[in-house]
Amino acid sequence: MESQFPILQIMDCNGQIVSPMYKDNISEDFVKKFYKQLLRIRLFDRKAVSLQRQGRIGTYAPFEGQEAAQVGSALALEPADWMFPTYRDHGAAFVFGHSLRNILLFWNGRNEGCVPPNGKRIFPPGIPIATQIPHAVGAALAEKIKGSNHAAIAYFGDGATSEGDFHEGLNFASVIKAPVVFFNQNNQYAISVPIEKQMNTKTIAQKALAYDIPSVRLDGNDVFIVYFETLKALERARNGDGPTLIEAVTWRYGAHTTADDPSKYRDQIESNNRREETDPLLRIERWLKNEGLYEEKWIRQIETDAIQEIELAIAEMEAFPKANPADIFDYVFAEPTWQINQQKEEYLRLIGGEAK
Amino acid sequence: MNTAIKTRTITLVQAITDALDTMMEEKSEVLLLGEDIGKNGGVFRATDGLQEKYGEGRVIDTPLSEAGFVGAGIGLAVNGFIPVIEIQFMGFIYPAYEQIMTHATRLRMRTMGHYTVPMVIRAPYGAGVRAPEIHCDSTEAIFTHMPGIKVVCPSSPYDAKGLLIAAIEDPDPVLFMEPMRCYRSIKAEVPEGKYVVEIGKGKKLLEGDDVSIITWGAMVPIVLNAAQEMKEKGVYCDVIDLRTLYPIDNEIIADSVQKTGRTVIVHEAHATGGVGNDVLSIINDTSFLFQKAPVERVTGFDVPVPYFGFEDHYLPSEARIIHAIKKVMSF
Repeated sequence: MESQFPILQIMDCNGQIVSPMYKDNISEDFVKKFYKQLLRIRLFDRKAVSLQRQGRIGTYAPFEGQEAAQVGSALALEPADWMFPTYRDHGAAFVFGHSLRNILLFWNGRNEGCVPPNGKRIFPPGIPIATQIPHAVGAALAEKIKGSNHAAIAYFGDGATSEGDFHEGLNFASVIKAPVVFFNQNNQYAISVPIEKQMNTKTIAQKALAYDIPSVRLDGNDVFIVYFETLKALERARNGDGPTLIEAVTWRYGAHTTADDPSKYRDQIESNNRREETDPLLRIERWLKNEGLYEEKWIRQIETDAIQEIELAIAEMEAFPKANPADIFDYVFAEPTWQINQQKEEYLRLIGGEAK
Repeated sequence: MNTAIKTRTITLVQAITDALDTMMEEKSEVLLLGEDIGKNGGVFRATDGLQEKYGEGRVIDTPLSEAGFVGAGIGLAVNGFIPVIEIQFMGFIYPAYEQIMTHATRLRMRTMGHYTVPMVIRAPYGAGVRAPEIHCDSTEAIFTHMPGIKVVCPSSPYDAKGLLIAAIEDPDPVLFMEPMRCYRSIKAEVPEGKYVVEIGKGKKLLEGDDVSIITWGAMVPIVLNAAQEMKEKGVYCDVIDLRTLYPIDNEIIADSVQKTGRTVIVHEAHATGGVGNDVLSIINDTSFLFQKAPVERVTGFDVPVPYFGFEDHYLPSEARIIHAIKKVMSF
C-alpha cells in the first residue's frame, strides 16, 4: 500500500527542484515569499516557548519542524475560506491572518484568544482530538448549500486518524461531496506513541480509499508541494468534486507541549539529524545558495521585521486589560439564565471592587 | 378568546412535524439532519412528508454517525444555518456527547459570542413502549449539568409545537426531549401556524392546596391519574409540568410549594444526580420555612433502564406516586 502513496516532493532536502513540472513557478520572489512566512512562524514559535518558560504565557504547544505544512496549506487558502485548526496550528492561523496578539492571548488563558479578526473565518483551536473534522464538514456543506465557491480546511495530526470523528467526518463529507480539505500533519508521534503503535497502516493517505476520496502523501517539509497540492484540493472542492485527504509527512523537533519531555519516549538524536537534513527553512536556504540568490542581509531584514511584529504582539498581549470576571458568566448563553445571573451577582458582590 | 385562530386535533408527534414544517416554511435556514428522516420520515414519522416538500437539500438523511452529524450541525450552525437534528433514540446520543459537551455548549463562551450554535437536537426518550435495550434512556441530567445548552421536555401536543418553535428560534443549542410514550397516546387541539411556548416556564396542570407534584414529560399523564385518584379521596394536588429542565422555572416551584408546604417530585430518570435534586435545591433555597414535610421523590431506580420485561417495575407508577403523596400528607 505504501508504494501506492509515494511521498511527493518539489524541492528536496538539498534545495534541488525534483519535480520539473513546477520549475517555472519556483522564481526568486515566489520562494522568498514562502521563506518569509516560514521564518516568521518559526521565530514566533521559539519566542512562545521562551515566554512559557518565563511564565508569561501558560502551557504551549510548539510546532517547530512543521512550518512548511502549515505555511504551504495556509497560503493556498482564499481569504473567505474556513480554517479549523488544532492547538498546534497557530502557525497556519497566523499565516491565514489571525491576530498574533489573540493567538498569544489564547495561550495566556483568555477567551479573546479564540476570536479571529473580522472577516476571517478561523475556528478556535480544537482541543479534543479530531472533533473539529465534522465541524469543517458542516461549514463546507453550508457553503455548498449557499452555492458559494468557498471551502473549508480541517487540520489534524496522525493520532486523530484513530478517532471516530475522523472517520465519521470523511465518510459524511464523501457522501455529500462537501468542499473540504482534510489536512493531516503526520508528525509521527501522538504525544509519546509512535505511528507504528497508533495504526497498522503505513500511510494515512490510504485511509481515504475507504471513502473513495482522493488522497495524496507529501513531503510535509517541502512548502511548495504542500502549497500546490493544497491548492489542487481546494480547486477540486470549489468545483464541486468533494473532499480530499492530504497527508503531509513531517516531524516536530521538540515536545508535544511545554509540559512534555520528548526524551522520555524518543531518541532526540533523530530530531537533531532532521534539523540538519530535512528542515523546511534550510532547504530553501540551500536552494537560494545553489541559485546564487542567498543574501544574508535580506534574511536579517525579514528576521528583524518578524521579531518586531512578534514583540509588538507580546506587548499588546501583556498590556491587555485584566480578565473581567463578568466575562465567564456573560457568554454562556445569548441571555444568561437566572441561575447564571444569580451566581454572577453573588460572586461579583463578594469580590466587591474587583468586579470591573 | 380569539375564535379566529384555526386549530386541529393532532397527536404530539404530529405537533412536532407541524412545528418543523412551520419553521422550515418560515426560515430557509432551517435544515433537518438525522438517520432515516428523509423518505422514511423518521422512525417515529416525525419528519413525515418534509423531504418531499422541502427537498433532499433541507431534509438530509445522514450516515449512521451521531458524532459526525452533530459535529457537522455545529459547522452548519456557525455558517448561517439552523440545524434541527434528530437522534433516533436518546440512548443513541452518547457518541455525540463529546461534540455537544466540548463544542456545541461552549463555542459561544470560547469565542465571546463570535461563533454561536443555534442548533436543536431532538431526542425521543423514555421507557414504557416495549422498545429494546438502550432505546429507553431518560438521561436528561447529564445534559442539564452541562452549561451552555437548554433542555426542554414537553408533555402535550400544544407545548410540543410551541416549545419546538421556541427552540428553533433560540440562539443557543437546545436539547429537545420527546416523550415517545406520549407521541400518539395524547391528542389535543393545536393552533395552526406559528406560536411560541416560552422556554424556561413551567405550567400548572391541576390546581390544589394540599400537595405540590412536580414532574415533566412522560410522567405527566401518570401523575395526573394519581392526582385524580387522590382527589376522590379528598387530597388536592397542585400539579406542575416543568416543561423546561434547564433553565428550570424556580418561580412556579416556589409559588406552589409555599402554598402547599408538601411536595412530591416525580421523574422517570434515575434518582441519583437527577433533575429532581435540582428541584429540591430550589425548594431549599426559596421555601425552606414553608415545609410541613420532607420532600418525597418518586423516580426510576439507580439501575440501568431494564429490558422491557421489567420496565413496569422500573417506571414510577400511580401506586408509587400515591404512596408518596400519602407519606407527605401523614408526616
